[in-house]
Amino acid sequence: MLHLAPGDVADTIAQSNGGADAEVMEQIRKDYGLDQPFLTQLGSYITKVASFDLGYSFFYNRPVTDLILERLPATLLLVISAQLLALVVGVVLGVISARNPNGMTSHFVTGLALFGYSAPVFWTGILLLIAFSLNFPIFPSSGMRDVTIEGGFFAEVFDILRHLVLPVIALCSVYLALYSRLCRSSMLEVLGSDYVRTAKAKGLSDNQVVYKHALKNALSPVITLAGLQFSAVISGAVLVEAVFSWPGLGTLAFQSIIARDTPTILGILFFSAIVVVVGNLVTDLVLRLVDPRVGGRA
Amino acid sequence: MSDAPLNVQEDLLKPSHPFKEAWAMFRGNHAAMFGLAVLLIVIFAGVFGPIIYQGDPFDMVWAPFSPPGEEGYLLGTDYLGRDLLLMILHGARVSIAIGLAAAFLTVVIGITIGALAGFYKGWVEEVLMRITEFFQVLPTLLFSMVIVALFGASLPIVTFAIGVVSWPPVARITRTEFLRIRELEYVTAARASGVSNWKLIGRVILPNALPPIIVQAALMVGSAILFEAGLSFLGLTDPNVVSWGQIIGSNRQYILDSSYIVTIPGLAIFITVLAISLVGDGLNDALNPKLRKR
Repeated sequence: MLHLAPGDVADTIAQSNGGADAEVMEQIRKDYGLDQPFLTQLGSYITKVASFDLGYSFFYNRPVTDLILERLPATLLLVISAQLLALVVGVVLGVISARNPNGMTSHFVTGLALFGYSAPVFWTGILLLIAFSLNFPIFPSSGMRDVTIEGGFFAEVFDILRHLVLPVIALCSVYLALYSRLCRSSMLEVLGSDYVRTAKAKGLSDNQVVYKHALKNALSPVITLAGLQFSAVISGAVLVEAVFSWPGLGTLAFQSIIARDTPTILGILFFSAIVVVVGNLVTDLVLRLVDPRVGGRA
Repeated sequence: MSDAPLNVQEDLLKPSHPFKEAWAMFRGNHAAMFGLAVLLIVIFAGVFGPIIYQGDPFDMVWAPFSPPGEEGYLLGTDYLGRDLLLMILHGARVSIAIGLAAAFLTVVIGITIGALAGFYKGWVEEVLMRITEFFQVLPTLLFSMVIVALFGASLPIVTFAIGVVSWPPVARITRTEFLRIRELEYVTAARASGVSNWKLIGRVILPNALPPIIVQAALMVGSAILFEAGLSFLGLTDPNVVSWGQIIGSNRQYILDSSYIVTIPGLAIFITVLAISLVGDGLNDALNPKLRKR
């Protein structure tokens, strides 16, 4: 599919060297195997991908796998922290609002859900940026770490955390809304079921009923949803990375699309698909821990 | 006089049209009606705004960064001194047009794949669902960025890129509905009376499978608008057309001096998508009879 696009890597290389004549272009094409028929190229690409060799980025002049592995941790950090934060806060909000369906938290959850659905994630990011790094400079506005910071491992970790706060909040706002809303409705459903009534009837305290009995069953739809959202969270991360100049895969993808760096773009798509699959796998495992009945069916 | 009670009886017996019923439900939902009203205003602004308030949104009309309300420009000017109000009005056209077109494409692809998978089952379902999973695993935004980068940044391509990556949820819902409905007695009856497969899919099952698909389609319009905003924020859209995301993207560096240039278009996106999701929720309540009882 990528071959249908006009222009190829040879054009980009030629441009970056200030133009080249047709002869040199041919030489470049031959060197990089671009003169081979499309199917030959595709065949050799698939064999290579199977062995995790994603080819060579002519733009960055480095193997694609190296390039991606270097950026992957930053994106993973962002995506996983956003998912976790959204899950934890979402479940807490959902439970509180389900226990008191007409209370303040309940209205807050409804409002938050509407906001999360409707606000573009990059806009939320920019608003946070304006509020907390320009008007009240509490958090840094861009990047992942501050090179000037010294003082060992913990100082470095703290520095990364400080950079992480705003992107994670921006990214998780969408999913926080989804999870809290789903947790609220599934909790309400579970709280109305017979076994919860039984648990209450035998004299357990409200807290025990909610956290020990009901929550376990209310959680599984939320976790299932979280697993399905992995690929969406990565899409969101691309935008959030752009807002906060976070040095992850999204920024790399954007740069390589502009540079027409085909191997890198394909490699990123490939890797993000792997991340999604692994994410789904982990979700399934967690789901089995929470709800042992799932194991029997699978 | 003695006819009166009988009339009531007849009224009850007359089947009311399902859409009438749904509309009655919908009208009773204040949030949904509010959303519909806001949506109509936005559409009105997009369609007639540029006619009433004329001008070229790319023209530099005043000094850059003049704040809203002052110096004669209601929403101020952007970093090139362009009239922000004019840009927002023109952006509304693009956002809504792309949102509707992309959602339409999404629904067409989704219904086709879901219907075939749910109706034929067997290997057809296997193959189609594997394809659906393949599309679900690829992060949609990255995928569409690649498409736009390859085929060029024009509005039809952007629409295509959004539609072609976001159909899996529609396909899944359609398939589930088809799997359920195809076993119902009236479908068996239609099949027994010799109705062809195509007619079964299009005339018998599809109309009954529509309600959840309609709700999903409404929400798809909202997410397509968000999607388009994201792409144009990254600069992956036709540079000769104003869109809301693009205003934010191109003015992003100047939030230090003037945050309103970024806040206002974002607010436009937010309000539009919010209105659509309120309408979607209302449709869900109105069209889903199971929820009515609650």
